[in-house]
Amino acid sequence: MLRIRLAEQRITEVYPTDKIQSPIHLSVGQEAIAAGVCAALLKTDHVHGTYRGHAFYLAKGGDMNRMFAELYGKDAGCARGKGGSMHLVDPEAGLMSCSAIVASTIPVATGDAFASSRQGRKRVVVSVFGDGAIDEGVFFESVNFAVLKKLPILYVLENNGYAIHSKIPERRKQVELWRAAEGLGLPGEKFDGNDVGAVYSVMAKAVAWVRKGGGPRLLEFTAYRWHEHVGPGIDFHEGYRRPNEQALAQKNDPLRLAKADLAKRCKVGPEHFEQWEAEARDEVDEAVEFAERSPFPTAERLHQDVFAERS
Amino acid sequence: MSTKRLKYGEAIRAALFHAMEADPAVFVMGLGVDDHRAIFGSVKGLVERFGPERVFDTPISEAAMTGVAVGAALNGMKPIHVHIRSDFLYLAMDQLFNIAAKWRYMFGGSMKVPLVVRAVIGRSWGQGAQHSQSLQSFFMHVPGFKVVMPTTPADAQGLLLAAVNEPNPVFILEHRLLYDIVGDVPDPPTEAPLGKAYVRRSGKDLTIVANSYMVVEALKAAEFLESQGIDAEIVDPVSLVPLDRETIVSSVRKTGRLIVVDTSWTACGVSAEIAAIAAERAFDRLKVPVRRLGMQPTTCPVSKPLENAFYPSARTIAMEAFSMLGRAFPDINVPVLSSTFKGPF
Repeated sequence: MLRIRLAEQRITEVYPTDKIQSPIHLSVGQEAIAAGVCAALLKTDHVHGTYRGHAFYLAKGGDMNRMFAELYGKDAGCARGKGGSMHLVDPEAGLMSCSAIVASTIPVATGDAFASSRQGRKRVVVSVFGDGAIDEGVFFESVNFAVLKKLPILYVLENNGYAIHSKIPERRKQVELWRAAEGLGLPGEKFDGNDVGAVYSVMAKAVAWVRKGGGPRLLEFTAYRWHEHVGPGIDFHEGYRRPNEQALAQKNDPLRLAKADLAKRCKVGPEHFEQWEAEARDEVDEAVEFAERSPFPTAERLHQDVFAERS
Repeated sequence: MSTKRLKYGEAIRAALFHAMEADPAVFVMGLGVDDHRAIFGSVKGLVERFGPERVFDTPISEAAMTGVAVGAALNGMKPIHVHIRSDFLYLAMDQLFNIAAKWRYMFGGSMKVPLVVRAVIGRSWGQGAQHSQSLQSFFMHVPGFKVVMPTTPADAQGLLLAAVNEPNPVFILEHRLLYDIVGDVPDPPTEAPLGKAYVRRSGKDLTIVANSYMVVEALKAAEFLESQGIDAEIVDPVSLVPLDRETIVSSVRKTGRLIVVDTSWTACGVSAEIAAIAAERAFDRLKVPVRRLGMQPTTCPVSKPLENAFYPSARTIAMEAFSMLGRAFPDINVPVLSSTFKGPF
């Protein structure tokens, strides 16, 4: 969580220099979901995410240097500079995709789980999406298939309350999102996504259930998005949010809550937090430096990887 | 090499048996692929031979099932997704264009998507507005897909095998009216190369570039033209991506005249692309402007006289050739549409 928070804060600092020329969608305030979800997974498990992907990329074990290089459009980036912030990927770490089209990786994640099932792997696949994504038809189509075939997949819904600026009650009559696909046979539950310990323990149980063949489930986690939908700015002043939301977001800051919890329950002292923060800052510094000194792709890279070559 | 006489659908079926025997990663999914009608016989016996794990019906969810196929393909499985009408692919546009086509490139070449999509183009017996469309130009337009339109049973068999062995998304657009065509196919089934055009008939007076079912009509037109002293060459691209520009250009440079006949509309279509290639690479040899034939710029009507007027046929191809050569159309013994298709689907 700390790594995600500091990396994204650094992105907002670099952004005005125009060195990152890619639309950024920050997860500041939502870090506990990525951290808790991925902590419950094995490296060989797969995650498919969204354009708001930095948090899941880092939490799933994606390399920080290659993420910053990707944001800078450098050849050493995780997608060779061709994907940018919205298309982070690291198949080795099991972060299989991030897409800029709402809900569009839900079917692919479902197919990934289908392969896991057919190939007899014990892999669990996690499909991550926001509250806007369940407005899309492919969510229901995918869930229907996953339930029908009892696939090893968890649908993780990050509910930050807004599809860009659109509130849930403006888009749906039935606002209990965790119940959205009950009629298709998908059991759902809702949890506080600000509490990383709770996210982890819920996930650990769900992962164990799915891995032993129990079939798909939907986990809804609530969260606050601190930044604007896209870009580095904070937009509580723009008037589209509820008046008390900024105060609630600060009160429910997942990082602050986690620190308090660790201090109270595990007696973690401030010196430890300082050390962890220093380590994370060093990692971010190194990643920024790596991105800055890495070369851009050469012109001939433009035409590479439209197609795979036959082996 | 020994050969067999097979119908178009039988050749596809033989290729599927061959591919599924050879590689356990290959599986077939789509609406009706395990039913008794068996996609015009092209998947007949597959589920009995390979079982429901590898040959299965899907929910009527073209979009999600396309994504499911992509997700399976990422793991080394080889899905063949079948659509009994290509019109249904519109439902899957996001998953096709934003996902399947982009996956490899936008993730920096870190993954492969060996996906095969078979889709059947309908024509005649009142297929109407939504059972008649030919989507090849959409898939040609967006980088990331390979696109073939097999004309003969040998093409259908050979290109299906090539598609299965291809580590990229491949569209195979089959034509319903070709399903009853009989031809010699290699036995055992043998892969045909992508990106190779075929000269279906040699001639010196004009080049007709036609694809899919339009080749059948063009050949019939050419017979009539021959009887009238006009010697037409017919080039069938078969593979649209990659496109064998050399064979097309060398024919046009030889004859100096080009008519392009596509199964779809002309605007921004295959015929526009091929006309542009002729303009770029054979302009100095063109004796007359390029002509194009395709579906009329309307929605496909059901009423037979309107449907006849909507599509190109041997007759309209022959008329275009006469017009191009500045000759009066004789209007005697002119062929009509070749197909005797009696539906219902």
